[in-house]
Amino acid sequence: MAEQNDTTKSASNGNAAVLPAGTAAPNFTLKAAPDREITLADLRGKPVVLAFYPADWSPVCGDQMALYNEILPEFREQDAEIIGISVDGAWCHKAFADARKLRFPLLADFEPKGAVSRAYGAYADSGVSQRALFVIDAAGVIRWSYLSPMGVNPGADGILAALEGLTPEQRGAKQGASASAALGSKASTSPAASSDAGAAR
Amino acid sequence: MSDEFGGGRLTPEVSERDHVAGDANAPVTLVEYGDYECPHCGHAYPIVKSIQHRLGKKLRFAFRNFPLAESHPHARHAAEAAEAAAKQGKFWQMHDAIYENQMQLEDEDLVATARSLRLDAQAIARALEDGTYTARVREDFRSGIRSGVNGTPTFFINGERYDGAWADEDSFVHALDHAARQAPARGSVR
Repeated sequence: MAEQNDTTKSASNGNAAVLPAGTAAPNFTLKAAPDREITLADLRGKPVVLAFYPADWSPVCGDQMALYNEILPEFREQDAEIIGISVDGAWCHKAFADARKLRFPLLADFEPKGAVSRAYGAYADSGVSQRALFVIDAAGVIRWSYLSPMGVNPGADGILAALEGLTPEQRGAKQGASASAALGSKASTSPAASSDAGAAR
Repeated sequence: MSDEFGGGRLTPEVSERDHVAGDANAPVTLVEYGDYECPHCGHAYPIVKSIQHRLGKKLRFAFRNFPLAESHPHARHAAEAAEAAAKQGKFWQMHDAIYENQMQLEDEDLVATARSLRLDAQAIARALEDGTYTARVREDFRSGIRSGVNGTPTFFINGERYDGAWADEDSFVHALDHAARQAPARGSVR
């Protein structure tokens, strides 16, 4: 019935461009604040959710980032870090995060503009990041990705289902104890972590 | 794998635990995940009322709580107050009264609203204080996340997230009518 079609359509639509499951997540270092940077590889050892989105200051209640902020406990339950990324600058992110009381980092894919978004296949010709979601496992491999139509906030159900679908190893269970901070593994220089690509589609 | 995570599917479906208005055998079920302090939900409130009127027996409507408590500090207690009113058999009266007085959502306002509805206001005040319905509201919220709620209000038509323009009443009605025509005779399943 129609409902079924819709679901399939948006999903397959979505994944046409973005990096698929099984791909090593391209490493990056971006500003998380005017004076602070985050490097993806430093987060090895626990799942990471990357949420690309078009712009700060979306004019609705519970926009995508505010929604994730509300459900941080759910992400924490899965021991996952969530990170928002858009092409807005660090000062803009700071003002936005302060206004919405966001308690997770927003990264500025600002210079060169959109470079990280492009690397993930999540850049739109209009000059902003798409609404693309990635669940990256503890070894730095993308385990799930999804591209939502620009105007549609994808919510969090797909992310949570993907996190729950990770194997204990993909969750970084072995290093569980040391996964507390962004101090991860020494072996994080090469982002081409593993090519076991179980979930290749 | 990703195909399963596409759309936004109401989970769990409407059951006895829900607050439901309208004909139990209606071909269309509209579910709103709403926040009592959200201005968009306040905007949607009269639209839903009008839609209920227009669709009549074709529609049943259920409301679940999705308080965005980080942005709306009163939303959770407002939701709990409505749940407490439900315990006294007046969920919809309280739900309506709160949306009609969205600017007055302090605890004492909620209790006063309850009193004006001739509810046992003391019981409502106690429920807020004791957090009697905190878990219930949280349960709604979690089900919303699972269902793909992506902001407030989020509507589901016969279990499917409606991403169309609810603020345009006619197209909303059109979508509901369409669902009514497509719906198999209900009553057996669901």
